[in-house]
Amino acid sequence: MTIHRNPVDDPGFERGLQKLTPERLSAVVHQVLDTEAAARLKIYLATCVHCGLCSEACHWYLSNRKDPEYSPVGKVKETMAKLVELRDTVTHDDLRAMARIAFTECNVCRRCSMYCPFGIDIAYLLLTIRRFCHLLGIVPLYLQDTVNSHSAAYNQMWVGQNDWIDTLLWQEEEAQSEVPSAAIPLEREGADIMYSVIAPEPKILAQLIGNMAQIMAVAGMSWTMPATDGWDNSNMAMFSGDFEIMGRVERLHWDTALRLKVKRVVMGECGHAFRGSAYDGPKWLGWLHPPIPMVHAVDFYHELITSGRIRIAKKIKGPITLQEPCNIVRGLGLGEKLRFLMNAVCEDFRDVEPNREHNYCCAAGGGVINCGPIWKAERVRGNKEKAKQLAATGATTVITPCHNCHSGIEDIVGHYKLGMHVKFFSDLLLEAMEIPDELRG
Amino acid sequence: MYEFVTGPLALAAILIFFFGSAGRIAAMLLLAKKDKVVYPYLNLHYGLRSLFHWVLPFGARNMRMHPFFTVFSFLFHIGVLALPLFLRAHLVMWERATGLTAPALPEALADTLTVIVLLVCFFFLLRRIVSPEVRYVTTAGDYLLLLLVAAPFITGFLATHQWTEYRPALLFHVLLAELLLVLLPFTRISHMLFFPLTRMYMGAEFGAVRHSKDW
Ligand code: HEM
Ligand code: SF4
Ligand code: SF4
Repeated sequence: MTIHRNPVDDPGFERGLQKLTPERLSAVVHQVLDTEAAARLKIYLATCVHCGLCSEACHWYLSNRKDPEYSPVGKVKETMAKLVELRDTVTHDDLRAMARIAFTECNVCRRCSMYCPFGIDIAYLLLTIRRFCHLLGIVPLYLQDTVNSHSAAYNQMWVGQNDWIDTLLWQEEEAQSEVPSAAIPLEREGADIMYSVIAPEPKILAQLIGNMAQIMAVAGMSWTMPATDGWDNSNMAMFSGDFEIMGRVERLHWDTALRLKVKRVVMGECGHAFRGSAYDGPKWLGWLHPPIPMVHAVDFYHELITSGRIRIAKKIKGPITLQEPCNIVRGLGLGEKLRFLMNAVCEDFRDVEPNREHNYCCAAGGGVINCGPIWKAERVRGNKEKAKQLAATGATTVITPCHNCHSGIEDIVGHYKLGMHVKFFSDLLLEAMEIPDELRG
Repeated sequence: MYEFVTGPLALAAILIFFFGSAGRIAAMLLLAKKDKVVYPYLNLHYGLRSLFHWVLPFGARNMRMHPFFTVFSFLFHIGVLALPLFLRAHLVMWERATGLTAPALPEALADTLTVIVLLVCFFFLLRRIVSPEVRYVTTAGDYLLLLLVAAPFITGFLATHQWTEYRPALLFHVLLAELLLVLLPFTRISHMLFFPLTRMYMGAEFGAVRHSKDW
């Protein structure tokens, strides 16, 4: 069996291991295995017949020459199965390996649950290992930094309130250069929609906020954005295992929407943020559903186009393909609507195979890209399968309606020299939509 | 000896199997209350929808990706479930004990199924040795289990066809079958008990919560 993992030293692991005491280890093993995890952990471990049928579900396995260590059940063997067997006799080397596998070699994309005949939730098992590692203080350095930012600044990228408001005003002006009546209404209580974004938008991709301002203006929607904390819908704590902070982040986001008395929250093109706001966050807070409906951008664009609020003036030329974000396709069933959108604005949409629920993850999601540049080479190597899949379409542009997908696919396009442009759907929509003359002023 | 093994011992094995199975399922259902999400997420419609796809041959993409495995596995499972229940020799014993009767499998079919079960056991064994992804996660227990499953079928076949001395073969067959029955709820074969639970939960989570499907 070839084990060709390259050694990677993450200071976050070493720092945690240095401070770890045997007492703490025992206490955390007990807390996670006996108190927090219950029937799902037990039934999954008891039921797995070690048949290996989940292997081909995982892009890590496919991309690493079918090395069994990267198969879903192979990862469980080295992590949860080992932990349940050894409990507090695990060594530091075991812990290092567990943290590496759980944080950096699984995107918790849940594709394997659709390939295991029993529907075993391997992503849950590996998230539980992340929880365990978090409680031990063994978390990738970069990922922990984003969690610290969530904790201190209530957003993922240390964006201060001044910068936030400033960015919105700037993007309002940008939008007005195309659609003079465009506005980004701050703190408008009782608007129909609160629009929330993830912190990389104001920090590095501000034009996406301007894009949405144009779309909202053309569609004539009643909307608002908060000027206070609570505007960030991203949640890296969900992926680091710090569920306490995950809960705080989600509570503030929903409290902000409730304070603004909106009818629904529309969010930008991001996958994990939907998962955090609509599923994992509410789950932790003891809510079956979020208090007000959460609408993903893809769903929202679909509504705007089918209701005629946005009209397509000209279709985009050239072969264009799609990266389907796990959290809105496998996680929200938006596969059909995505295809409707792609066909509505593209002349030559090239579908991927396999697709919809069976899409391959971008290998950036699930917090993996947030583990930082030290892990980038491994991550990109772990998704050769995606490069093959995209190359087979012959497209020159790939649409990624998710921030993690966007960054992950850019890395893959670069490394495997696919020669594709990587764009968000709103970039296409802006090019294709009709801006009525009366709005041009 | 034979009377004892097919009488009180058989009854004990059956009781252990039943109460052991019921106990394990009940314990799991009780424990699931601690998993805050399990019961709120359950949904009968979506649960059954998923179960249906996964008990149907080729009902899921993964089954279509492994056609040989799928056919072998289905034949194997039909065999291990149908043979113990509907073999003429077994039905006669049931009738003697309870007065209940049922249509028996024709001899030729029963023989074919037995051979298939054994061949597929051998196929499972080969897979475990040859396929890297299966070998990597295989434990000694997995081999032992395959042996344990195959044993009653081998001895049963030998006894029926009297290729060896009838009495000892039959005695071994009954003892091994009872051993399997007793161990069933407490080994990986408990996947038989848990399959509907795990599959239906995942089906419900994919269907009702995530508006998606899991096959
Ligand atoms: C209703 C009852 C059962 C269900 C739904 C069920 C389902 C499954 C499933 C889904 C698998 C996974 C891989 C595959 O498709 O082969 C499997 C594997 C297996 N089952 Fe069952 N099973 C049942 C009963 C049994 C019984 C009664 C036995 C043995 C006495 C058995 C023995 C096995 C073995 C040995 C494997 C492992 C195959 C390998 O080594 O890869 N099953 N079963
Ligand atoms: S990356 Fe996805 S398919 Fe692979 S083990 Fe993790 S959840 Fe399963
Ligand atoms: S497919 Fe399911 S049962 Fe088989 S090895 Fe993978 S997790 Fe275990």
